[in-house]
Parts: sequence; structure tokens; C-alpha cells
Amino acid sequence: MSEVVWSARDCTPDKIETALRDLLHTRYEEHQGYVPARVLNMVAIVDREWKGEIQNRLEGVGRYHASRTILVAVEPGRTTLDAWCSLHSDVDLVGPGQLALTHEDIEVDIGPKHVANLATIVDPLLVRDLITIVWSPHGHDDAVDVLLGLADVALLDSVEDLDVAAALERVAELAARAYVVDLAWLRSTPWRERIAANFDPPYLRPALGQLSGVTVRHRSDSTAAALMLVGWLASRLNWQPHALTHRNGAREGKLRGRRGEVNVRLEGSDLSVPGLAGVTIDTAHGDEFSLDRGPGGLTAYRRTRDGKEHRWTVLGASRGERGILGEGVRQALLRDPTYRPALEAARTMLS
Amino acid sequence: MATVTEENPLTEGLERLPVHPTTLVIFGATGDLARRKLLPALYNLAHEGSLPERFNLIGVSRSEKSDDDYRAEMRNAIEQFSRTRPSPEVLDALLENVRYVPGTFDDPAVYDALRKQIEEFDAQADIVFNRVFYLSTAPEFFPVIVEALGEAKLNRHKDAEVRVVIEKPFGYDLESARKLNRRVLRVFRERQVFRIDHYLGKETVQNVLAFRFANSMFEPVWNRNYIDYVQITAAEDLGIGSRASYYDKAGALRDLVQNHMLQLLALLAMEPPTAFNADQVRNEKVKVMHAIRPPTPEEVPKLAVRAQYGAGAIAGEPVKGYLEEDGVPPDSFTETYAALRLTVNNWRWAGVPIYLRTGKRLPRKLTEIAVTLKPVPHLAFHEGGSLGVQPNELILTVQPDEGVSLTLGAKIPGARMRIRPVNMEFRYGTAFLSQSPEAYERLILDAMRGEALLFTRDDEVDALWSIIDPILAAWKEAGGPIPQYPAGSQGPEEAEALLEPGHHWRKL
Repeated sequence: MSEVVWSARDCTPDKIETALRDLLHTRYEEHQGYVPARVLNMVAIVDREWKGEIQNRLEGVGRYHASRTILVAVEPGRTTLDAWCSLHSDVDLVGPGQLALTHEDIEVDIGPKHVANLATIVDPLLVRDLITIVWSPHGHDDAVDVLLGLADVALLDSVEDLDVAAALERVAELAARAYVVDLAWLRSTPWRERIAANFDPPYLRPALGQLSGVTVRHRSDSTAAALMLVGWLASRLNWQPHALTHRNGAREGKLRGRRGEVNVRLEGSDLSVPGLAGVTIDTAHGDEFSLDRGPGGLTAYRRTRDGKEHRWTVLGASRGERGILGEGVRQALLRDPTYRPALEAARTMLS
Repeated sequence: MATVTEENPLTEGLERLPVHPTTLVIFGATGDLARRKLLPALYNLAHEGSLPERFNLIGVSRSEKSDDDYRAEMRNAIEQFSRTRPSPEVLDALLENVRYVPGTFDDPAVYDALRKQIEEFDAQADIVFNRVFYLSTAPEFFPVIVEALGEAKLNRHKDAEVRVVIEKPFGYDLESARKLNRRVLRVFRERQVFRIDHYLGKETVQNVLAFRFANSMFEPVWNRNYIDYVQITAAEDLGIGSRASYYDKAGALRDLVQNHMLQLLALLAMEPPTAFNADQVRNEKVKVMHAIRPPTPEEVPKLAVRAQYGAGAIAGEPVKGYLEEDGVPPDSFTETYAALRLTVNNWRWAGVPIYLRTGKRLPRKLTEIAVTLKPVPHLAFHEGGSLGVQPNELILTVQPDEGVSLTLGAKIPGARMRIRPVNMEFRYGTAFLSQSPEAYERLILDAMRGEALLFTRDDEVDALWSIIDPILAAWKEAGGPIPQYPAGSQGPEEAEALLEPGHHWRKL
């Protein structure tokens, strides 16, 4: 690892920007092979107290590290800006003809009084013409709101707020103003892929019009993820969503499909990580397909109407929570048109 | 949105599209290619969740061994060569559905055993898996295996797609390629045949198309009016290693020019396809091949140069010459270097020389396409000492340091109007977060999906060999000895004679 750093107390965005430019210049003079990454900016707004934890999470994303990361730490009572900048590469270049990708990390400690004008602090620090992603894992909705004018993408995790309705309401509000990358949605990607794959053979596609039941098992704090999965099915298969009701510790309800009602049930489950534990899909003809977490991938199970049963492993390594955050950063460069319809359907099921 | 019975509406927005449950059969399952490339590629696809929802693998090879022995070998190969560190759980789950069938490729009993195993997988799962037969063997076994598959009626199935993947080299010359094509197409339909050129699976090779057809700024200058010449280089610093038995029969022209380099040329020179699908893209590539007039025997010495590396030094270390390499006959005149001058005789490219060169034991490993534009017609500030003005060059680097660079003339700071070339560079690593998958990962997945865009069609193979065949024939006729170049040098001096006045080989 090779790194050059700069820091200052009681500084201004202009000084930080000048220091960054000087660091880049120095770095280039040191060795012309230090090439700055130019993919995306990431702005993370965090509580000063928990800054270290977020730094660790960001370090864990590996190759998905943003080209320039601006970590804004909000500290109660602070009235001045302190800043620290680092240009770092995985390798130390010595000889000619070598290349090393350089990433830039900036940390700015601010006080609550700075939040209202945070855009004027962050704007000069962004690399121009790159996609900018904003992430605010400790709340600070007010800071996100003022930065949305600068940002293209809002990164969030809709399962972080225990008030599911409020969480999805906030997501919808953000989605109207920026592209949203939701980590809860990304955790469900393998599930969505495998459900889609199960019904992909042409002879099984008609069954998509005959689904009669969907049961989603989820960690108790991941109701939003379960709702989004059902919302995805509803929006893709033209089911009319309705509000679900609480019954026996689960949420239940009936959605109107093209050829009849679809029973939906969301059940809490013991799971050590956020997200989904399993899903079971039934058809009106008595077929059942389910997926559950298992070693080496998802364990799939199919029971056909004549009683035949099959169980197999759908291969795939777990990304882990670090991998999910990295995937969130990567997804900032892509667009998934199915998220917002799924979100709207999920919100209707909560109404 | 489509009706659910017509399309699968659940695939919208997914990056990884579903692949039908597949049983993959690898012939030559214990060989070097399988161990180093195919098995690690399969593991990486499994790791990322990209393999079909249900997947079985059957290895076929001569050596007698049990399923468990083969699984152990496969585990070892994956642990040694995978680009991602294997997860024990995923690897265990992948190996569960691996079987091994021993035997020689001409033995009907092998195909009986194979069918039994394939059907057993179908029965266990109560579905019919698609079948993909991957021929990763020495080329002489390609027709043997294909015909045996036909004899065993494994070439078609009423409820499943059956595909065959054939490794390179596809033929040894035009005649043998045509013969092989005939034998393959007697058993399989063209849409079932996937001829591999792994270069086409490289992200940077595919990017040639993106670069040309997703940017409007290049199209206006992409023709004979603005382009002076094109140079395609595939240089290696390595020698032949332990591949003498293959390489001495093949030579540089067959090994790299006939396939990889002509494919690069086709991508560079083709017209925009009307749609980005296999047939449209390949139609356009074939048109380019047909526009290259094969040289007559008399023209060959003026258009093609061959040479062998002699002793020299690479990275400061002395290295042997080709004729001293283990396994190479001392009187061999197989070329380790080949350079050609071709022209694409169509409206867009008429008169633009396209230079190709490839060689072993050159100073560095480098594959690139260099497009040199014509010089500016009038230099108003020549008086100011603008000797540094050079024609613009657009360089597409395929490997290593994948990227694109453009040389521009820029003013040197100071009172006088002095110009020197500067580089505007784009490097893949700086602009994307994702790691490029190995070419074989993409190609295996495409073959399982039936996506043929990155595979070579029968008429394409024919067109490629048609260009190369007269050169091979002329060189064979001329015999040897052939020119030498010192290992570590820029190549033989004779290659300079191919260049038109004012043109030069780019320094490696």
C-alpha cells in the first residue's frame, strides 16, 4: 500500500480542494504510473461517533471502492471544519512502466450548523462529470436532502428503519428525486434470479399465470425486504396489491392475480443476517417451489401435483454484508427498472 | 409488459439471465485446457451464481479413474487456477453433480456410458437437461467425437437443446477446415455448433465494437479519407515453452493470425450491423473477410514476412533460439514471427494498408490495434519549430493495460508555437469497478445459453482460411531456412520491407 496524506484543522472547502490538487500533482511527479480512478464519487454522511465503523465497512468493499470518497462526519457542538485527505494505491511503484490505480479519501468533520449548507462544502470536493452517490447510514435525512441536487444516486438500506411504513415512504420520496440503490433489494437479487430461472423453461412459464400463494420467510427486522420481493412479483405479474394484515405474528393478505387470488404470507424467521430466509411459491394446480438458504447456495425444493419431490442446490457464494455494500456501489452505475414498481406495490401492501 | 405465457416477465432488470438446466460434457476433461481454464471458469460461474439453476458436469477422458478421483483432480485444478478463492461450500456443491466416463474417443461404449449418465441426470431431476458437448481435445479427435455423438444419437433430442463447442484450431488449412466443417455439419446443424476463438470472449475485444458503434465521433473519420494505415500487433515475450510438438506444426500464422488477429481486423473494419445479434454481426465480419483478396503465390513475398527467433535476451536473461528449444527439429523452418500487409477492398477501406504482426520472444507482451490518421494537410506554424507534429494515432490496447489512447498535437508551453504529441488515455481499470470475467467464463455461459455472437460461424472459418491458405502454401513451397531475429529484439529487419513509404512499425 502506498499513500500520501494531508490534514488541517479549521479549514475551508477551498483549502481542501487545493490540497487535493497538490496531492495529485505530487503523486504524479513521484511516479507517472499512479493513475487516478475515475468512476464515481461517494459521499457518506455519518455520526462522528461511529465514523470508524463506517470506514471499516467502506474498506471492506475492495475493488468497488469509489474513486473519491467524501466521508462527512457530523459532530454535535462542532463549529469548524477539520479535514483529512489521502491518496492511496494498493502497490508502491518503483520502476518504470508500472501502473497503480489511486483512490482518494476525504474526511470532513462538520457541526450540525453546517448541514443546511452542506452542498457548498461537498460540491467543490467532487470530481466533476462522475456519477455521485450519497449514503447516509446513520439517518441525517436533512443532509441527504440538501445533497440530492449534487447526487445522481441515493444508496440506502430500507430494512434499517424498524418502522417499515416510514422506511418505504422515505425511499419513495428519494426515488422521486434520484435513482435509489437499496441494499435490501440487492440482498434479494439471488432470490429473484432463481425464482425467474425456475419459471424460465417455456413449459413452466404458463405457471406464472397460475400462482396461488407466496410465503416469504425473513429476519424479523427485514419485513421491508419481504414486502419488496412480493412487490416485485406483483408488479411483474400484474397482480393488484392490497393491504396485508397482521395475524399470528405474520402479515397476510390476498392479492388479485389475473386468474384468481394469490395468498401472501410474510413470516419472521431466526436469521443471523438481514434479509430473506426462504420463499415458497404455490400454483393453483398443486405444484410447489421453494428456496431456502443452504450451504453453497440456495436449497431449492419442488413438489409436483403428482407428489414427486426434488431437492437440489442452486450454486452461488454468499456475498456477505461487505459484498452487499460493494454491490450497492457498483449498482450506482447501472439502472434496474423493476425496483420502483416493486416499491410501489410494497407500499400499497402496507397501506 | 408481455403476457406471462409468451415471455418470462421476471427476467426484466436482472443482470444474470436464466440459463436452462444443462449437462455439460467435457471431452479431454483431464487435459491442460480443462484444468487451467474450463474447470476454474465453471467454478467462478458457480461462485457468482451464473451457472444454470441445475447443472451437471461429465468429464470424458482416456485415463481410467473413478468419479471421486476425477472430483479430487477437479478440486485441485480449481484451487490452483481459479481467479477467485474457492468457497468450500460452493465447490462441494458443484462437485456433487460431477461424473467421469473413461475411455477412448472412438469407442462406442464411451458414448453408451455417456448417454446412460446423461439420462440418469434427467431421470433424477425429472426434467430434460440441455446437453453441451465441449471438445477440449487434440484437433484430430474433433471429427471422431462428433461422428461418434451422431452414431450414438446424442446429437439431437426432441425436448432439449444439444450444442457442441469446438476448440481451436478449427482445421490446419483451408482444405482441412472445409473437410472438418462438412463432417461436423453432417451431424449437427450450424446453429448447434459453437467454434471457440477465446479472443472474442475478451472484454477488450468486444469493446472494439462498443468503441466504434457507440460513439459518433469516430465514424466520420473511420475510412480511407482520414486513415493512413492500421497496424495490429500481437507480441509475446515468451518462447514456445513446452508446446514444441504443437507449435512446430502450427507456426505463428496459424496460431495467431488466422484466428485472433483476423478477428480483430474484422471487428475494426466491419460495417455497423443493423442489430447486435449473432447473425448480423457475423454477416458483417464475413463481408470484411471476403473483401480481403488472398495474395497470389507471386505476391506472397511482397506481402508476408516470416522469421524465427534466434538466441538473445529477455528481461536481461539470455534465452535460447527457436531451433535450440526442446522438441524442435534442428532443421525446422516453422515461423515464430509473421507480418502481413493486407488491404480490405471495399468503399470504406480501399488503399489503406493494414499491417499485422505477431511474434514470440519479442520485447514485451502486447496486443493492440493502432490506427494512424493522415497528417494535417497544411501546417501553418511550421516555421515556429513544429517538428514534433505527428499524425494522430488511436491505440486500442487489448492486453495488458487494456484501454484506449489518442495522440494529439499540443502546444509546448512557452512563447513559441512549438508542438509535440501528447496522449489522451483511457484505461479500463480506472473507469470500471467490475473485474472482467475470464474469456472462458463468458464463452461457456454463452454456449449454454445458445448465444453464438462470440463464436465463429462456418462461412467465417472458411473466409479466414481463404486469406491465410495461399501464404501457407507459398511458404511451404519456398521451404527454408527462414530469416532470424534475436530474441528480445523488435523482430526481423525484413518486416520493414512490407511498409509503405512514411509508415513505420510501432516500437514494442
